[in-house]
Amino acid sequence: MRRRAAASALPVLAIAAGLAARALLGHAPASLFLLFVLVTLAATAGALFALAGGTSLAERLASPLLFGLLVLWAWEMLVLGLKVSPVLLPAPSAVAVAFADHYRTLAADFRLTYLHSVVIGYAIGCCLGFAVAIAIDRSPFLKRGLGPFASLMSAMPIVAVAPIMIMWFGFGWPSKAAVVVLMTFFPMLVSTTAGLAEAGAMEHELMQSYAAGYSATLIKLRLPAALPLIFTALKLNSTLALIGAVVAEFFGTPIGGMGFRIATEAARMDLGVVWATITVAALAGSISFGLIALLERAMTFWHPSFRAPAGS
Amino acid sequence: MADLAALSRPAAKAPAAHPPASVVIEADNLEVVFAGGIQALAGVSLTVQRGDFVSLIGPSGCGKTTMLRAIADLVTPSAGRLAVNGKTPGEARRDRAYGYVFQAPALFPWRTVARNITLPLELMHLPRAERAARAAEYLGLVGLAEFGRKFPWQLSGGMQQRVSIARALSFRPSLLLMDEPFGALDEITRDGLNLHLNALWRRTGMTVVFVTHSIPEAVFLSTRIVVMSARPGRVIEEIPCQLPAGRALEIRDSPEFNAVAHRVRQALRAGHSYD
Repeated sequence: MRRRAAASALPVLAIAAGLAARALLGHAPASLFLLFVLVTLAATAGALFALAGGTSLAERLASPLLFGLLVLWAWEMLVLGLKVSPVLLPAPSAVAVAFADHYRTLAADFRLTYLHSVVIGYAIGCCLGFAVAIAIDRSPFLKRGLGPFASLMSAMPIVAVAPIMIMWFGFGWPSKAAVVVLMTFFPMLVSTTAGLAEAGAMEHELMQSYAAGYSATLIKLRLPAALPLIFTALKLNSTLALIGAVVAEFFGTPIGGMGFRIATEAARMDLGVVWATITVAALAGSISFGLIALLERAMTFWHPSFRAPAGS
Repeated sequence: MADLAALSRPAAKAPAAHPPASVVIEADNLEVVFAGGIQALAGVSLTVQRGDFVSLIGPSGCGKTTMLRAIADLVTPSAGRLAVNGKTPGEARRDRAYGYVFQAPALFPWRTVARNITLPLELMHLPRAERAARAAEYLGLVGLAEFGRKFPWQLSGGMQQRVSIARALSFRPSLLLMDEPFGALDEITRDGLNLHLNALWRRTGMTVVFVTHSIPEAVFLSTRIVVMSARPGRVIEEIPCQLPAGRALEIRDSPEFNAVAHRVRQALRAGHSYD
């Protein structure tokens, strides 16, 4: 019971003391300011300790949240306290202000870069990689010819082809989506090919004993067995797609977009907007990754890494 | 049914006399040589009648599993003649003439127990209602009626192997091929499953070919025990084994049981002195 009380009271105390220390920074006598800093640190440490034993969902979510707040707070206090130039590192509050001021621009950039280049490029790249993996699997001719070629291509730094894609598809989002297609295609191809080899010899012979044909074996045995590796590629690709789209925009884009914003605002020393864009990218990347991970859990619940403990 | 179909069709490839309807497996001078020149089987001849429970027993690597796999068309013989239901093993496999039980359960972890059992029925395009009825029937038969909605990995090893037997029975093949199905299980579980399998065999009247390296298991289950020698595998002796039909585990202490077990042991020893 005492742990419970501490787990709910200490975070509130930590946040209140942290806000007070932030308000007093540069105004109050040093001793009072230091007192609030110490209270903040002690209360946060106590809260993290009290939350460590928690089992409820709220308690498990509270720890990382509180820790994140602590990092942001320390960042804010250090940047302001040490008077770090905002060009080098703006305070989180400055990033928040930039976020609010440029909300419309950031939303438009997000729509262009994420909802067009990333999502469309990702969908096409993953589907294509999957389809080619099946085609290679089906035909020994393609396996011999395309397999080594694909591994060679997957080792290439794909973003380097961004200027070529601009020549081919113009300055708009399709050229960025094309870079994303290329970046996501090979991991999906390689993972699916490896996944199709996952099913065991005994399971194959079982299907053979039922006189199951190629497609029945593919659908009932090999694709389900390949799912964990396919999801590995889907998760990896969600990160690669974002990197690909943002970096491809560095090579030229006339309208806007997250990479464009980062490049131009950094050149203009407006680092608040740069950091705000990076925050959007990080949030979008984490949320997509999380959603794919949830889908993975739902579809590969049977895999040893997710299995619920045995027993009835 | 399968045999009636076999009778009405002229045996195109076999110039020899057509085997009588009661012969399920006929191997004549069968040889299997693997890539690399390893000879697994040398001149094996074997006849299995309808309703037989034949055990293949021998030391590890003697080719008893290869023999079973040749019957199942999972290995292609290099020489000799092999007929299953009067057809080639390949034709028999495509007719789904046999159910095969592997050394491991080989259940699909993404399917529930019931849907593992209905896997062959899906491949045979049986209607959904019929599949559900069969799953319930065969789960009951192996004593796992309440476990249909569990996943295989939530079951013990012995239960998983019973599910794999139910899966092999679900499409009602007349021939069951079992490759050391209980080899990985502890002896107590194994005893229980032996009783169970014996009861199943008597109830269904199936033909069973059973590979094992356990003498008590072979004697307890079989109507005939085929003793094989070390590689290259050949048949040393065929020992008839007619224990009373309604057998309990206690029969293993009877003199009749011990007499058969003794003969098997003698034959195995003879096979070893070959090399």
